[in-house]
Amino acid sequence: MATVRFTENLRRHLDCPTVEVSASTARDAIHQACEQVAGLRGYILDDQGALRKHVVVFVDGRAVVDRVGLSDEIENTSEVYVMQALSGG
Amino acid sequence: MTQKLDVATRKGLFLLERESRGKPWRVERVSFLGEPVTMLLRDPREQTLFAALNLGHFGVKLHRSSDEGRTWSEIATPQYPEKPAASDAAAGNGAKDVDWKLHQIWELRPGGADQAGRVWCGTLPGGLFVSDDGGESWTLNRPLWDRPERSEWFGGGYDVPGIHSVCVDPRDSTHVTVGVSCGGVWATHDDGASWEQRASGMFAEYMPPERREDPNIQDPHLVAMCASEPDSMWAQHHNGVFRTVDGARSWSHVASIRPSGFGFAVAVDPHDPATAWFVPGVKDECRVPVDGRMVVARTRDGGESFDVLREGLLQDHAYDIVYRHALAVDDEGESLVMGSTTGNLWSSDDQGESWQAVSATLPPVYCVRFG
Repeated sequence: MATVRFTENLRRHLDCPTVEVSASTARDAIHQACEQVAGLRGYILDDQGALRKHVVVFVDGRAVVDRVGLSDEIENTSEVYVMQALSGG
Repeated sequence: MTQKLDVATRKGLFLLERESRGKPWRVERVSFLGEPVTMLLRDPREQTLFAALNLGHFGVKLHRSSDEGRTWSEIATPQYPEKPAASDAAAGNGAKDVDWKLHQIWELRPGGADQAGRVWCGTLPGGLFVSDDGGESWTLNRPLWDRPERSEWFGGGYDVPGIHSVCVDPRDSTHVTVGVSCGGVWATHDDGASWEQRASGMFAEYMPPERREDPNIQDPHLVAMCASEPDSMWAQHHNGVFRTVDGARSWSHVASIRPSGFGFAVAVDPHDPATAWFVPGVKDECRVPVDGRMVVARTRDGGESFDVLREGLLQDHAYDIVYRHALAVDDEGESLVMGSTTGNLWSSDDQGESWQAVSATLPPVYCVRFG
């Protein structure tokens, strides 16, 4: 199982514990996380389902490249971090 | 009788109270400290408070309180539908290049007294949302969003156009007038099923000559309706002040305003459509008070003449601007309040003749509302 962890900055607004997902892409991982954490989707994805402009997702230390489709592949043991981008202030 | 005053700022929502008119305001409660609160609503029908946040990283959020801000619950946020894959021009829906993404909540207004649960929500990038369940769910008003004219709306102060004014006719809740920067003024008489442009008479000298009088490109910074005579409205426009007395079917330029015609805010006396207040700045390219002196311009004769009111306001090196939602008049038309980009908050209990400083150290003020 891959692990999805969230920045403390997000936990100020939302109860979002670390979750385990079974996914082969960042998209699957994020969507499964959104199913497990009520209200999460609107905090990290925009109206059209893309990553919010000032949110960044790292998979095993590398920022995802496909910020719209989140097609970046992940491993079964990947560590996925959902962070705030400093561009957001 | 206790009076309430709600102040939304760049760094939180401040809820103030005072014992009665003329007494000093005090901050009773601070909510969302550190977070940008772009709009607020105190719904008089339910005595509920709404606060719209614009979190830097995590987007727009909407919260509601039914206990005067002691506790808040996050409620649904207006969400734009999936953008059609076909090109916008081909779809003929006027979507152009504007993202179908919520950038900011710029207006919240209750529906009519006969519309329990109705709340209107104006947004950047130009969508008007409506809720009929007190904000539990929201629907984009497609008749306005799908108007082909929307393709020519453009941003005024922001990258995208936005709806900042919603005026619900107290005589007829299905008659709603909205102001768009930059997209003119639009009105519906059938509760949003159809819309028509209502900015005739406004003009924009900063546009090419052939477009200056085009209603669809006008930039009314704020449109305010007189509660007792709803056909009378005032607009502080990018190009000056305009007034209508026929329900926005035609607008007249009010050239007599002093010391300048540029500004964002306007407040209308709810009992006298000829009385309105403005907070002028030098001009578009220099958004500060004229000569560094903070003043309020008031007309009591429908714009024939203006009083320039300054007692109690900073008269030396004042560089405050009052944003479009940051000037308010109370239901009696006696007390006013305004908050500035510099964090000053001033209150008046004599129709603006004199002002008292409530605070000089607030974060930049986005919106003030009497409770």
